[in-house]
Amino acid sequence: MGRTGGGRRRDRLRWSKLYTFSCFRTPATSGDAAGGPSAHGGSAVGGPGFTRVVHCNNSAVHRRKPLKYPTNYISTTKYNVLTFLPKAIFEQFRRVANLYFLLTAILSLTPVCPFSAVSMIAPLAFVVGLSMIKEGVEDWRRFMQDMKVNNRKVGVHKGDGEFEYRHWEDLAVGDVVKVEKDQFFPADLLLLSSSYEDGICYVETMNLDGETNLKVKRSLEVTLPLEEDESFKDFRGIIRCEDPNPNLYTFVGNLEYERQIYAIDPFQILLRDSKLRNTSFIYGVVIFTGHDSKVMQNSTESPSKRSTIEKKMDMIIYILFSVLVLISLISSIGFAVRIKFDLPKWWYLQPEKANKLDDPTRPALSGIFHLITALILYGYLIPISLYVSIELVKVLQAHFINQDIHMFDEDTGNTAQARTSNLNEELGQVHTILSDKTGTLTCNQMDFLKCSIAGVSYGVGSSEVEIAAAKHMASGNDDQDIQVQDVWENNEDEIQLVEGVTFSVGRTRKSSVKGFSFEDDRLMQGNWTNEPNSSTILLFFRILALCHTAIPEVNEATGALTYEAESPDEGAFLVAAREFGFEFFKRTQSSVFVRENFTASNGPTEREFKVLNLLEFNSKRKRMSVILKDEDGQILLLCKGADSIIFERLAKNGRVFEADTTKHLNDYGEAGLRTLALSYRVLDESEYSAWNAEFLRAKTSIGPDRELQLEHVSDLIERELILVGATAVEDKLQKGVPQCIDRLAQAGLKIWVLTGDKMETAINIGYACSLLRQGMRRICLSIPTGDQVAQDAKKAAKESLMLQIANGSQMVKLEKDPDAAFALVIDGKALTFALEDDMKHMFLNLAIECASVICCRVSPKQKALVTRLVKEGIGKTTLAIGDGANDVGMIQEADIGVGISGVEGMQICYFFYKNIAFGLTIFYFEAFAGFSGQSVYDDWFMLLFNVVLTSLPVISLGVFEQDVSSEICLQFPALYQQGPKNLFFDWYRILGWMANGLYSSLAIFFLNICIFYDQAIRSGGQTADMAAVGTTMFTCIIWAVNMQIALTMSHFTWIQHLFVWGSVGTWYLFIIVYGSALRSRDNYQILLEVLGPAPLYWAATLLVTAACNIPYLIHISYQRSCNPLDHHVIQEIKYLKKDVEDQTMWKRERSKARQRTKIGFTARVDAKIKQIRGKLHKKAPSLTIHTVS
Amino acid sequence: MPKYSKFTQQELPACKPILTPKWVVSVFFLVGIIFVPVGVVSLLAARDVVEIVDRYDDACVPANMTDNKLAYIQNPNISKDCTRTLTITEDMKQPIFVYYQLDNFYQNHRRYVKSRNDGQLRDAAKANQTSACEPEKTTADGKPIVPCGLIAWSLFNDTYSFTRGNENLTVDKKDISWKSDREHKFGKNVYPSNFQNGLLKGGGTLDPAIPLSEQEDLIVWMRTAALPTFRKLYGRIYVDLKKNDTITVRLSNNYNTYNFGGKKKLVLSTATWLGGKNDFLGFAYVIVGGLCFFLAFAFTLLYFIKPRKLGDHNYLSWNRHPAGR
Repeated sequence: MGRTGGGRRRDRLRWSKLYTFSCFRTPATSGDAAGGPSAHGGSAVGGPGFTRVVHCNNSAVHRRKPLKYPTNYISTTKYNVLTFLPKAIFEQFRRVANLYFLLTAILSLTPVCPFSAVSMIAPLAFVVGLSMIKEGVEDWRRFMQDMKVNNRKVGVHKGDGEFEYRHWEDLAVGDVVKVEKDQFFPADLLLLSSSYEDGICYVETMNLDGETNLKVKRSLEVTLPLEEDESFKDFRGIIRCEDPNPNLYTFVGNLEYERQIYAIDPFQILLRDSKLRNTSFIYGVVIFTGHDSKVMQNSTESPSKRSTIEKKMDMIIYILFSVLVLISLISSIGFAVRIKFDLPKWWYLQPEKANKLDDPTRPALSGIFHLITALILYGYLIPISLYVSIELVKVLQAHFINQDIHMFDEDTGNTAQARTSNLNEELGQVHTILSDKTGTLTCNQMDFLKCSIAGVSYGVGSSEVEIAAAKHMASGNDDQDIQVQDVWENNEDEIQLVEGVTFSVGRTRKSSVKGFSFEDDRLMQGNWTNEPNSSTILLFFRILALCHTAIPEVNEATGALTYEAESPDEGAFLVAAREFGFEFFKRTQSSVFVRENFTASNGPTEREFKVLNLLEFNSKRKRMSVILKDEDGQILLLCKGADSIIFERLAKNGRVFEADTTKHLNDYGEAGLRTLALSYRVLDESEYSAWNAEFLRAKTSIGPDRELQLEHVSDLIERELILVGATAVEDKLQKGVPQCIDRLAQAGLKIWVLTGDKMETAINIGYACSLLRQGMRRICLSIPTGDQVAQDAKKAAKESLMLQIANGSQMVKLEKDPDAAFALVIDGKALTFALEDDMKHMFLNLAIECASVICCRVSPKQKALVTRLVKEGIGKTTLAIGDGANDVGMIQEADIGVGISGVEGMQICYFFYKNIAFGLTIFYFEAFAGFSGQSVYDDWFMLLFNVVLTSLPVISLGVFEQDVSSEICLQFPALYQQGPKNLFFDWYRILGWMANGLYSSLAIFFLNICIFYDQAIRSGGQTADMAAVGTTMFTCIIWAVNMQIALTMSHFTWIQHLFVWGSVGTWYLFIIVYGSALRSRDNYQILLEVLGPAPLYWAATLLVTAACNIPYLIHISYQRSCNPLDHHVIQEIKYLKKDVEDQTMWKRERSKARQRTKIGFTARVDAKIKQIRGKLHKKAPSLTIHTVS
Repeated sequence: MPKYSKFTQQELPACKPILTPKWVVSVFFLVGIIFVPVGVVSLLAARDVVEIVDRYDDACVPANMTDNKLAYIQNPNISKDCTRTLTITEDMKQPIFVYYQLDNFYQNHRRYVKSRNDGQLRDAAKANQTSACEPEKTTADGKPIVPCGLIAWSLFNDTYSFTRGNENLTVDKKDISWKSDREHKFGKNVYPSNFQNGLLKGGGTLDPAIPLSEQEDLIVWMRTAALPTFRKLYGRIYVDLKKNDTITVRLSNNYNTYNFGGKKKLVLSTATWLGGKNDFLGFAYVIVGGLCFFLAFAFTLLYFIKPRKLGDHNYLSWNRHPAGR
């Protein structure tokens, strides 16, 4: 390939020549036209399931049949303009209650209905309309989001070697696209070539599988010449491949190009939603577009999540339905009996002219008709506005969540986004949290903090864990309670500790260099040359600067170097090396260049190191090595890796620093840092060339055991190492994560981490966010790798896992020390078996015993499975947190929504209360009206009852109620336990409220009936007619239920006052306005002329309102005085300002309110303190921990 | 950055009432303080009312027909006149209200309540509107009945006249209905037509020369009662009656309640500011008030016997069940 050097292609690196393992490329000649496709699975191409044909660079073919594939337009909306009405209406009427109301509305058009049609249809239309508007708005937001994605731009070949930017949605199969650095791939692409000479590129697949390390993809050899825009002028090729499927890790297909057929494997496929990293651009051909792409195939229709409360709500609705049916039956039997025996005597009803609705000769038929009437009449038992009110509350809650300043992130300028309002109410009931790690817990940004070189520990900066421990010890509380608040709130800089130990702590770390927080004058500014082991230190720095796979990139504007590294650790090492004076600035195909600048006198020297071999990192090897030749011709092997791996490969003479380093490594680990051990080996020429020959042979071998061979050969050279030291980097947690986990743990929540990362990373992160700590018994479940035949391996693996679980359980059981904590770490392979039916309960039981659970290498599907296991196994609400597409399954499976515990339950209880209180009065009246189906209330009253007169206060309760303020909630995490324990919404409580409703209905009806029985109601001698009785009863109901909700509130702002008293006022206003219209019939002028001037009316209102509310008042008074709940007591403490007067009590209670927890920051600080105390006892005077900001 | 406002951050000033013992006791006490006097006043008011009730449905049946009351009432040839003598038990100050009381009469039956047409009653032009008036819409030859429907058709038609000795006690039948009914719901130019000309004979008849707005008996009757036992105002006597006065009532016992065993009563009653003789309200107030006094006392006792210091941290759940942590 005769390209001009230093030209367009950057760096001209051929990683494939450097990389040992991951860039194995099948020889380009493996398939030719005559031989047909020869790659694995290739023979299937063209068969069923493998019918896709893509004409590269000829998308016009795909715009018409028969090769018409969907466009790249994606839509995640539930509805479109046409389907909105039918679909949304259908959704609405899937709710039992709404369906019932629809039926009644239809029946209201027949004479069976006791009410006018409009009074049945109007509230239903209102309620359903409101819900539909809400649905519509939410869908519109989804649509806008889709549009944003669809309108992203990407360079597309438009012909004649020219590219233009087009919207993603306009992409078609076969288009050649050019994706630039840090852009997302718009569709599933076949990689043709990249800015690297050998067509590799780096891809970040975080959105797909949650893994943070970059993946290497590489193009086919044959497409490499397609390296610039012009070369696509005449590019033609045909891809035959599998049909769209959700499998992210396989791809079967081949490319026919220049009359040759080449097999395509997943290494050439770039998936939509992954991101191009560390590569300036790539060219690719679109294979799968839009909903055909693998990631879209993976996303399933999101199930409509129903909160437990909603489920309970349904249960109660069913109960009410049963009551409804029961009283309707009673009513219709009563009606039939009256019709048969009494109606013939009631001449004033003209029974001779009866129609079939009330025919004394056919009482059974009439009874059946009446059953329908009764079902409609007593429909007021079912709260029609329940769903819509709850929905409205949720929307408003979501709005407030979005508006919350405390949940505003200043860095990104984002507020919290409650995507769906359906789930708010379960937030208060979470028992187990399942979290994805990446991006959720850590920033994935490393900070070089400490190192141990030649057995000496350098670096005086302290990690978050150390700072917290120091602060706590300084605060000097001798009891075992740990004042976390103090840890976070205390801002003193110097802390004098017992026995002359000084921590100087400051949170003002210099953050001038990103990724480098190292502080130690002994090493900085070249001072290290004065240290005793300076030669080892030099080596250490060289390893940092040389042993990596990063590429330096010069910022054109500032001239500063940034590094594009495969992992953030590597980036941190390089930055550290630069700060120490070893600046890696250039990489060529065969050499690494370092500018050494550590002594002020010499000035910078540039050194070139020839890279002979690169044995890169993979999770199996857990180490990486480079073999270099320095300028003196000396051959060096530099190796870094996990300490355990390195230590077992040390030479006899390489173990000088082993003991000290191990000690330091433990300290670092305890401080929550990620550690790696560094080592080297000097090779002599002959030794190297002998090995290299073997290595080359292995590298060029073809066959399934190639990798094994390579590993074996690598293993040969990575021996006899000499330990240099160790590094400690801090994986910066997302801001607030430790506090958050701490409070969650104290609130008694369980936290599981499900991550796609490898075990080590996961464990490190576990340490960093205090889910794990030193001294925790760790139970690791994994499958030993074996080479048996598949069948055997499976059985063996299962047995071994079974044994491991049994051992673990045994260990937990036998543990006597109450402070002992267990952590369960399980990898994805083991998890496959552990999730099988016969084992999952064993596994779950063990997991529940453990303080923290970490699952690594978990596939998206497993995430969902684990979530289901936890959800069903524990039977409690689970919450899933995640940021990527890979978490979708888990999130969908988890039942979170949110549940604002108490109030939500209270709201629903109240709905049932008020509807029972109202609905039953209608029933009682029936008994006095010959079960004829006559309602004592005007149709319009009933219409307004649910929709206007009693709904707003509940909504204000749901949105604005605060039993204790949010700060107190944070200070008393245990208050949260009221939610998962379902303290506010259990059956006892529901039945209580129903009984209260029953009582109220009796009080309202019979008091009024007795008062208005037959006597004059006015001094003018007039007696009460039905309208007067009905209106008075209705007034009483309005007062009683609104008083009731006022009693349940503990937090009155003007909004609550407005809604509660406004509802009552609205009623009077309505009756005046309605009474001035003639259509109100007997209610004409009822308040102004008939009832208003009657003292009896007002006296009845007062009496009934009081009578209805006294039992509840007794209940809450008694409960508060004899059986107060936690929030009651805290309210009182606050109210009496006791927290200010008696601060020690307040502090003590705050600490007691935490669940005893074995994980989280607090527990860790606790452990650290125990450790320090132990040390102090041993060698108190000499210990100086010095942490300077 | 979301805009800060007390509303969006839910930091609106709020009053947070707490049910302290003091509050509980004073609330109950206060309710008691208000309710007991109200109850006493109501009871006193009810005591002031003098009420004379005379059941006449049985008594007015001639002795030879007590076994067949239905035949009696349905036979137009038998005179329905009847004389009753009432003795006044207490002094009665005018106005004295005359009521008729029916029993077991389902004016609140749906079939009955529905059977009317308001438009027709209000507006002469809508005389043909008889919808909802089933089964009393039209005469046999299809002419609309005004007023149509069962309610009007079953109009109560017993009449009463009173004498004390030789003095005629005039019953004033003006203003016994609500003013708004007369002025707005029953038309001044709507005259009864074809009334009681249907197939079946119902209750009372109406003078076709008098507009509906002046047919006050009808207007009162059309206000259907809520319960099967009800009283309706018949008229007022503006004469004071003395204790032991003997009143002779001449009544025509036209209305058929024998069919369904309903009682008919004639009621003479005075009224106070609160209305008629109804002890119930007073008793209810006294009972609820008394209960509140009792509760105030009981809670005071409770707070003395089992005092809980407010904001006592010992009552926090983690202090009460240390093991359950």
